[in-house]
Amino acid sequence: MTYLRAVGLVAAKDLKTELRSREQAVTLLFFALLVLVVFNFAFDFTIIDFVTFGAGILWVSFIFAGVLAISRSFQIEREQDRIQGILLAPVDRSAFYLGKVAASILFMSAVEAIVLPLSVLMFNYRFGPRIGLALLVLILNTIGFAAVGTLFACMTTQTRRGELLLPLLLFPAAVPISLAAVKATGHILAGRPFERYASWIALSCAYDIIFLAAAVLLFDYALDD
Amino acid sequence: MNTAPPGTPEVGLALEARGLGKRFGPIPALDGVDLAVPAGQFVLLLGPNGAGKSTLLRLFATLLRPGAGTLRVLGEDVGNGDRAAIRRRIGLLSHQTFLYDHLTGEENLTFYARLYGLADPPAAAREALRAARLEGRGSDQVRTYSRGMQQRLAIARALLHRPDVLLLDEPFTGLDRDAALRLEERLREERSARRTCVLATHDFRAALGVADRVIVLVDGRLAADRPAAGSDPGSLEALFSTATRAGAPAAGAA
Repeated sequence: MTYLRAVGLVAAKDLKTELRSREQAVTLLFFALLVLVVFNFAFDFTIIDFVTFGAGILWVSFIFAGVLAISRSFQIEREQDRIQGILLAPVDRSAFYLGKVAASILFMSAVEAIVLPLSVLMFNYRFGPRIGLALLVLILNTIGFAAVGTLFACMTTQTRRGELLLPLLLFPAAVPISLAAVKATGHILAGRPFERYASWIALSCAYDIIFLAAAVLLFDYALDD
Repeated sequence: MNTAPPGTPEVGLALEARGLGKRFGPIPALDGVDLAVPAGQFVLLLGPNGAGKSTLLRLFATLLRPGAGTLRVLGEDVGNGDRAAIRRRIGLLSHQTFLYDHLTGEENLTFYARLYGLADPPAAAREALRAARLEGRGSDQVRTYSRGMQQRLAIARALLHRPDVLLLDEPFTGLDRDAALRLEERLREERSARRTCVLATHDFRAALGVADRVIVLVDGRLAADRPAAGSDPGSLEALFSTATRAGAPAAGAA
């Protein structure tokens, strides 16, 4: 079994399980839509425009949907001790980590693919030529959030209070990526020049690389009791 | 110190623990366990709740690292050796099934067969389903299986890659009488194949006829270790009660 095949196997198993159960899809989608609807009613968008609050609204929706996705994904592994079954296999354990990251990115991307166009419609906003940059920011920060979220979920899933510990550990560690996401998206929505937010995009890139590399290298130790 | 029971011939050791200890925070789960299991031996591991049976099996399975002492599985050091190489040669049946409810029986086994790098995963999965007498239900999702069927599938998963060492933690849990008899039969086959087995259970009556050796753990220590030959459920009951009452006397005490 090659490393990449093991990564693909874990991700494919998660997708197949989700396609059959649809447990995450329904929860994530309704949660993300609820956030949009609540914000839509909370602010009078005839006075305030989407540029002011748009980045915050979008990333509150994406980040909390991401936490739900990652948390549920590991709840499945915790039930019946399935994570031990995979960790018993003679493959590099970091392949399991990358497989879960890949699946989390796909789940989050599916939510984003629905929420982003809907928010454009609901808040009457046009990205225009900036859509490419907006997608780049979306992808970079989704990868970063999935990388850090999956790492902490793996570490906490074997503890008794895993569900409680996950947000406590994850949110402080996710502050840099959340800031970068909101700031870069805010600048893009406002139509400011790339130079104004290039450093936030660079921060997202660095965060992704550091967390993915560190997690792959340290994952076996992170899982040790 | 000879940690094999008296009369055991010197053969290659499948499992070898020296002063093995493990703590979870302040709580000692295992404390100075010395144990040598020759290849091909079938060991019945007894002990009350919290005695350290599951911890010992998880250490053998490389799911935990030893906190003290040394542990060698199939000649490889668990603390610092190639743990992936060990994992390729061991099978673990835990309290839990490790099975995915929304995958079919065949998909579950194919998934694990691929993870173990077997040559033809679908064929290996079908063969394992046949051996578990589940071939008629292979295309059904596991959530539709009874507890007994799930346990049979879990056993098939543990044996899928034909491990040299089989670790079984309460394998009779949830099985009805017929399924328990079938499992007993399966264990006899594994013993005939000279596969090294360590079976932790409270229900020693079911497994006694299969075992070569009986070990009792109490409070994380080896409290008794003797050949299974000549043991009957009554004498084991007495041994278990004595060992449990006395705490943990010297390892190797019969």
